[in-house]
Amino acid sequence: MSPDMLILTVLGLPLLTALGIYIFGKIPDLREGATLIGAVALFGSVILLVLTMQSGATPALTLGRAGPGLVFAFKLEPLGALFAVVASGLWIVNSIYSIGYMRGNRERNQTRFYICFAIALFGAMGVAMAGNLFTLFVFYEVLTISTYPLVAHKGDVNARRGARIYLMTLLGTSIGLFLIGVVWTSALTGSLDFVPGGLLAGKVDPAIGSILLLLFAFGVGKAALMPFHFWLPNAMVAPTPVSALLHAVAVVKAGVFTIMKISIYIFGIDYLSALPATDWVLGVACFTIIVSSLIALTKDNLKARLAYSTIGQLAYVTAGAMLATQAGMLGGSLQIAAHAMGKITLFMCAGAIYVATGLTNISDMRGLGKRMPWVFGAFFVASLSIIGIPPLAGGWPKFQLFLGAVEAQHGYVAWVLLISSLLNIAYLLPIPILALMPPKGTPEPAPYKRPEGAPRFVVIAPVFTAFGTLLLFFAMGAIASFLAPVFEGV
Amino acid sequence: MYQFILDLAPVFFERHSPVLLIIVPLMIGGITTFMPNGRTGWMLTVIASAISLFCALILLAQVNLLGVVSYQLGGWAPPLGIEFRIDSLNVLFLLLVTGIGLLAAIFSLPTVEVEVRAEKRALFYAAHLICLTGLSGVAITGDAFNLFVFLEISSISTYVLVALGGTRDRRAFSAAFNYLIMGTIGATFFVIGVGFLYAATGTLNMVDMAARLAESGGNRTVQAGFAFIVVGLGLKAAVWPLHQWLPNSYAYAPSFVTMFLSATATKIAIYALIRMIFTVFVPDFTFEASHFTLIFAPLAMIAMVACSFQAVFQSDVRRMLAYSSVAQVGYMLLGVAIGTGAGLSAGLFHLSTHAIMKGALFMAVAGVVLTYKGTRISDFKGLGRAAPLTMTAFAVAGFSLIGMPLTAGFQSKWALLQALLESGWGFGAVVVVLSSILAVVYMGRVLQAVFFEAPANPRKVRREAPLLLLLPLWVLTLLNLYIGIQADWVIDLTNAAAAAALLGGVVS
Repeated sequence: MSPDMLILTVLGLPLLTALGIYIFGKIPDLREGATLIGAVALFGSVILLVLTMQSGATPALTLGRAGPGLVFAFKLEPLGALFAVVASGLWIVNSIYSIGYMRGNRERNQTRFYICFAIALFGAMGVAMAGNLFTLFVFYEVLTISTYPLVAHKGDVNARRGARIYLMTLLGTSIGLFLIGVVWTSALTGSLDFVPGGLLAGKVDPAIGSILLLLFAFGVGKAALMPFHFWLPNAMVAPTPVSALLHAVAVVKAGVFTIMKISIYIFGIDYLSALPATDWVLGVACFTIIVSSLIALTKDNLKARLAYSTIGQLAYVTAGAMLATQAGMLGGSLQIAAHAMGKITLFMCAGAIYVATGLTNISDMRGLGKRMPWVFGAFFVASLSIIGIPPLAGGWPKFQLFLGAVEAQHGYVAWVLLISSLLNIAYLLPIPILALMPPKGTPEPAPYKRPEGAPRFVVIAPVFTAFGTLLLFFAMGAIASFLAPVFEGV
Repeated sequence: MYQFILDLAPVFFERHSPVLLIIVPLMIGGITTFMPNGRTGWMLTVIASAISLFCALILLAQVNLLGVVSYQLGGWAPPLGIEFRIDSLNVLFLLLVTGIGLLAAIFSLPTVEVEVRAEKRALFYAAHLICLTGLSGVAITGDAFNLFVFLEISSISTYVLVALGGTRDRRAFSAAFNYLIMGTIGATFFVIGVGFLYAATGTLNMVDMAARLAESGGNRTVQAGFAFIVVGLGLKAAVWPLHQWLPNSYAYAPSFVTMFLSATATKIAIYALIRMIFTVFVPDFTFEASHFTLIFAPLAMIAMVACSFQAVFQSDVRRMLAYSSVAQVGYMLLGVAIGTGAGLSAGLFHLSTHAIMKGALFMAVAGVVLTYKGTRISDFKGLGRAAPLTMTAFAVAGFSLIGMPLTAGFQSKWALLQALLESGWGFGAVVVVLSSILAVVYMGRVLQAVFFEAPANPRKVRREAPLLLLLPLWVLTLLNLYIGIQADWVIDLTNAAAAAALLGGVVS
């Protein structure tokens, strides 16, 4: 197939999947079959699409014009390819996991759940392949809206409240700040295209450029930069597969991916490093890294702790972008993939524990490792990856970020990274260690809520992704050289 | 496309479409009065509305292919005779009024049969047709006094239509009375203003008047006339703080009337305002000598924020949408008030998309009134399952109102934001997005009740609105989506309209 057709396929497959799920809504086995087939087909076409880039080509497609200056254009560059591969690949794992989790928990409205999931993937693919800022904004909003029903899934008062905060924060920041940034960019330059070297570079006064940078950095609420981070812990009312794929991979990564893409293609590395606001945003990102890790320490609810951990880890990407050096940006981009693989594992483990035992608090999980060795083993491996210990995926991005911080002569960022790693150890490692090797005298853990324990699918998926973090470590070199042209174009 | 319309049209229509646009609904309206029941009245209404739309399409084609159309009534040449004068500006409004008119006419049958008593139905349709005549007349005429007459024709029939909501809710009577008083004050101000201008220029033809005003420049009489006209039309257009009549009238009128008025009546008043301030008074006079921007831009911004806030706290969906309408008038007015071509075009664009989305929203609400007899937000609980087609359309139109991407509302807000930022109105842009966020809040409340809450009354079974309602509703909904992904054709229309307004009546 030609690259054009492949782009269309990648966009169309999630929608077709949603349609299939709707048609088979009454027959659960076929419905889940449709999800799985859709996920595999999507991953396959994304891979095919990425393979066409080997010869250095950039697949591009212009779908049409929505109005003056508003063009639906798609262009796949390496950074977007990375995001697309990560999101679509993990969708397969997550679909397997969802089947186990949703059935194991006897959740209601499963058809709506799977449909919204597929549409969310449509949004994520659009964000990944967007060829200009307008297209990116449109799919960014598609992603926001389609995930609202997922967060509100349970439908009780708590879920509705959490979902409302989720929606209002994301829509509020995107309409109130992001959109103004986009329109202003268009008014200033007459274009919204992603240009290597930066659209604004050299055209716009640094003072206005700084305001634009602030509008984008805080307007992309999905990047969860403080003070617009609180939607993420609130979104944890969602069923765990949603937290796993959307709030560790698709949604939040769409946010930091957007920040990265805007930094590179709208501002350009050189222009960005000349802006005074870049240092401010970098400072906010560092603040977010430390403070969210400290808050994570205080949380006893496992998902809440993971949520705050996510906020901190996302800020790594923003910090990487704001370092405005090749190494920093490369580190930030690698972090997108590495953190996705690690955090989805942690969330899936949390869900597995919940399905089997109904436990959500860390303090109740001592000694639970005896019953669930695989789950806590996976948790342990993924924790190490998040902390950044080689030979696990999380090691590389941290190393690159260190390099970037030194290169950019922002020594304090290196210290922040170091302290953050220590904090990561403090809030993540005690969980698997106390579960696998409880101190003497710990009472026997409560019996399973479900007599048969966690469903098989729910255990296989996190173990698989935990292995993934190991494999990813060795693939990082290839990924880095694949991404290199993005940063060299400056 | 335009050539095709002209090829299709009979010669008689081609020559006389301006006057047919007025005469056909007026005559059929008269005939409808004598119809024995609502059903024949409805059929006549649909026929008259369809003919009106056809005439408007012919005029659109003629304006685009041949330029300004001038029709002399009775063969008396202007400035002494009455002239119907159609350029790119008013053909947009003719299209809007007659297009919405046809869809509204189709949709009226099921709701009128529930909400209006049997013996009043024929009269109801007659009043509606006369209202349509008045609205088209305001848009088409080239004579200032004539404009007043048509404005009153539409207003007086509107009072009747609102009062007919009294069968369902007796508060409609006081709402109609309020509207009557306020509307009449507005019309009086307008006619006083026209009187001043007549005194100053000695003519009522708007083109002629504009030419003479340009020659003489401003004097006290002209300034007084300007003030009276702007305030009078501002009242009709529900410009904040002259909007007090609107929320109650929209909330208690029959569903059909609310839908039709929200999509057309205030829009036509805004047209009259644009026609007056841009083409009769030269823009120099309006924007420099009279500080129109300084007065109206703040009012527009207050409307956007204050009325959106009020909308957030309403418990009745129709009142909520009514307050939202006043806020949306603010958007249009802000575009007009900044006085640039891009701003005016964006204002007109938002006006068109707002007619489409508010029309769809009120139609969907009418569907709920029809099947479940309630308009409070609590009545909407769980309707997502009970009436998926109606409520999906409601949701799409609601997203459009908020300004979600891929809907018409996004396109027009985008154009407005762009126009504001280009002319240095960054503050206005901030207010626009602030008001949009408030729109998320008030629409979100309803949508959440519709899709995520359990029905208050568990006996609510699956009951969709009737087909005659769903059909026009979905036409508007799909139009919302279509403009969301392809807005060039609307922007072409509004750009041409803005250009026509800025060229002024002086150039023909």
